[in-house]
Amino acid sequence: MSEINPALETFAQEVDELLTAMEDALLVLEAMPDDADCINSIFRAMHTIKGSSGLFGFDDVVAFTHEAETVLDRVRNGERAIDAELIAVLLACKDHTAQIIQHFLINEDEPLPEALQQQSQALITQLTGQAAVAGGMPSTQQEKADHFEVDVNTSDSSDNWVISLAFKQNSLRNGMDPLSFIRYLQTLGKIIEVIITMPTIPRIEDMEPEDCYLNFKIAFNSSVDKKTIEDVFEFAEDDCDIHILPPHSRQEHYLQLLENMQEDQVKRLGEMLIEIGALTEKEVTHTLNEQRDDESAETKPLGEMLLEKNILQQPVIEQALKKQESVKQKINKESNYIRVDAAKLGYLINLVGELVISGAAMRLMVDKHGLSDVDDVASTMSHLVEDIRDTALQLRMVQIGETFTRFQRVVHDVSKELGKQIQLQITGGESELDKTVVEKINDPLTHLVRNSLDHGIETPAERMRAGKPEKGTIQLNAYHDSGRIVIQISDDGKGLDSEKIVAKAIAKGLVKADQVLSQSEIYNLIFEPGLSTKEEASNLSGRGVGMDVVRRNIEALRGSVSVDSELGQGTTVTIHLPLTLAIIDGFMVEAQKERYIIPLSMVEECVEMSSDEWQIDEVQHYVNLRGQVLPYLRLGDFFHNNKKHTHTQRESLVVVRFGEAKAGFVVDELHGENQTVIKPLGKLFENLNGIGGATVLGSGDVALILDVQGLIQHAKKRVNPALALS
Amino acid sequence: MTAKAKKNDGVVCLSIMDDMTIYNAHSLKETLLGYCVPGTQELQLDLSAVAEIDSAGLQLLLSLKAEAQKCGFTLRLLRHSEAVIEVFELLKLGTYFGDPIVFPANWKKS
Repeated sequence: MSEINPALETFAQEVDELLTAMEDALLVLEAMPDDADCINSIFRAMHTIKGSSGLFGFDDVVAFTHEAETVLDRVRNGERAIDAELIAVLLACKDHTAQIIQHFLINEDEPLPEALQQQSQALITQLTGQAAVAGGMPSTQQEKADHFEVDVNTSDSSDNWVISLAFKQNSLRNGMDPLSFIRYLQTLGKIIEVIITMPTIPRIEDMEPEDCYLNFKIAFNSSVDKKTIEDVFEFAEDDCDIHILPPHSRQEHYLQLLENMQEDQVKRLGEMLIEIGALTEKEVTHTLNEQRDDESAETKPLGEMLLEKNILQQPVIEQALKKQESVKQKINKESNYIRVDAAKLGYLINLVGELVISGAAMRLMVDKHGLSDVDDVASTMSHLVEDIRDTALQLRMVQIGETFTRFQRVVHDVSKELGKQIQLQITGGESELDKTVVEKINDPLTHLVRNSLDHGIETPAERMRAGKPEKGTIQLNAYHDSGRIVIQISDDGKGLDSEKIVAKAIAKGLVKADQVLSQSEIYNLIFEPGLSTKEEASNLSGRGVGMDVVRRNIEALRGSVSVDSELGQGTTVTIHLPLTLAIIDGFMVEAQKERYIIPLSMVEECVEMSSDEWQIDEVQHYVNLRGQVLPYLRLGDFFHNNKKHTHTQRESLVVVRFGEAKAGFVVDELHGENQTVIKPLGKLFENLNGIGGATVLGSGDVALILDVQGLIQHAKKRVNPALALS
Repeated sequence: MTAKAKKNDGVVCLSIMDDMTIYNAHSLKETLLGYCVPGTQELQLDLSAVAEIDSAGLQLLLSLKAEAQKCGFTLRLLRHSEAVIEVFELLKLGTYFGDPIVFPANWKKS
């Protein structure tokens, strides 16, 4: 396979995004068949793919997507109803489109293999109900011509402004004299024609001579702009309804201006029309107020109201709306994203890491030499470095929602396959985490979701018997908790059967028959290799990823996984993951002249470890922390087993928390917060117990980053070895 | 007194002696109304003394014209003063009233 050229690569990415959008929309449509947005989005996907494929000369793709597009267009126009069957065919079409495009991306010039071609035909037949003309290229799409009719009924006053003034009853009494306004208007241009109407005037005997009955319609020829004309009647505003309709030549001028309007941001219709001078701000505010006050069921859009009130001619409004739409589309297309090579980003983050280290080194020198004047500068700089660090890491952050929505399809397909009714609920999709983490979490997540689908949720019949709704629910949830992200997969299925698990574990020799296990320990046995309670294999299992692999994958990301379940009610798997893998806020401690970093987000508190006040159980290794049993580890002893520790100096206890588990680390000295750039350890040290990585300090020394999770488990193990697993 | 009248065989000639503005619109209306009676065949208004006319005055003239059409008598405006001519020019009303307007020789062209 030759190297794909960059244009094709962009094309492939675009297709990928469009197809994903299409799939999402189709799945939504399944629930809400009338959602016009979704239908449009599906149509757009097919339409755009057709267009782009045409550019690359992928005629087969064009031919296929054209058929799909035609059908979708009919759906869009309400000529064809969308039903489950059509959605299923369209989903198949989406997959097929991906396939044939993939084929062309790899073997650009080779014709489509027979199998794919046949599939194309079959799908087209399903789509349209009739066979497509084989090999027939669709004629180029006839887009609707962009024209609008020029309004002819105003052409008699061809090139004049039409100013309508309807004075209110009290305007004369308020000291208004309509004549004076018209006199002033005369100074701005030529009054061509005046039509005076008095629609409400009674017979002369009932007429109130101090009331005003006059309405004027003035044809006015002038080159001034609308705002100037409006200003003439500024004082009359409260006593008069004023409409100023621009002349035809103006209209063309407006259209021209609209045409040339900058397309950098989506503006509201009102804003656009003010900008070109077709509307004045007053008119817009006025109309908008009216729109708001209109309490009838349906509020009309601004454009329609403007037309109705005869403030502006139709072509201008139409053009403005069109412009707005095109800007919207253009901006959508650009999406304000820049695609960046991941390697470049990685390099940037590396550099930022180095910057953090040298920043720390500078800090050290400043402190060492006591340079107070440099101190200010240095602290400003460290703030900036911190900001840069956060921003750089933010660049790699993506929302987990996209990963989640991918499971819609999995759930959709698998539940059909299994004959179960299952819906997927997604919450917290906006939680962000590092892209690398997202990529690596995908497989374990898929496995867990499939597990829930396959083993968790029962068949509809079973559910009815258990008194549960026929439709099962799987929930994917994500949220941030103390600097980590928590992902939960829960189902309302049958739950884990702890007796079965224990029996299996004993049979496998994982636990002894007389061992006493808590519920959560039993549930967590399912992560042990070789333990499976499923009685029959299905085609969903057998991906080669067992629960033990799930756990290993998650732990490789410095995360953890736990499971909770209630028989008959459902199962919840909770995954804790670090947000990022590169740089963390650390807490530096020292034990036996060696420095260690504890991730700051896991530090709960630091207390003085004094043997007089503390009940310390030196044998079982726990302390009594305000009535709580807290297992502890002496870091010094743990990492220097051979040395004998002397309790001469004051010691501190750092209480750390990981999920629900807590433990204390006994250290000699606390050094405080530190920006920690995580450097992976070499292959040789990869399996070291209790150490997650290393970092370079400002002084050039190396400090080890503690694997808090592992250490907590270790500390717990020492408290009660009987509870430890394997 | 805003006007003085000469009656002659169904033809009433009325000289408006005052401004036609909102300030005396009321009394002017009453006066005019007094002549819109059956028996009047022609109402002539001498406008030569109208030094000022505003919208209220104009409105009166317009409604009088409408009334005349309804009742079937003729309204004739005579000897338009400068102020009246100016307003009629402004609003292109000359043809509506249909009366010959005599421009004075010293008509200022504005």
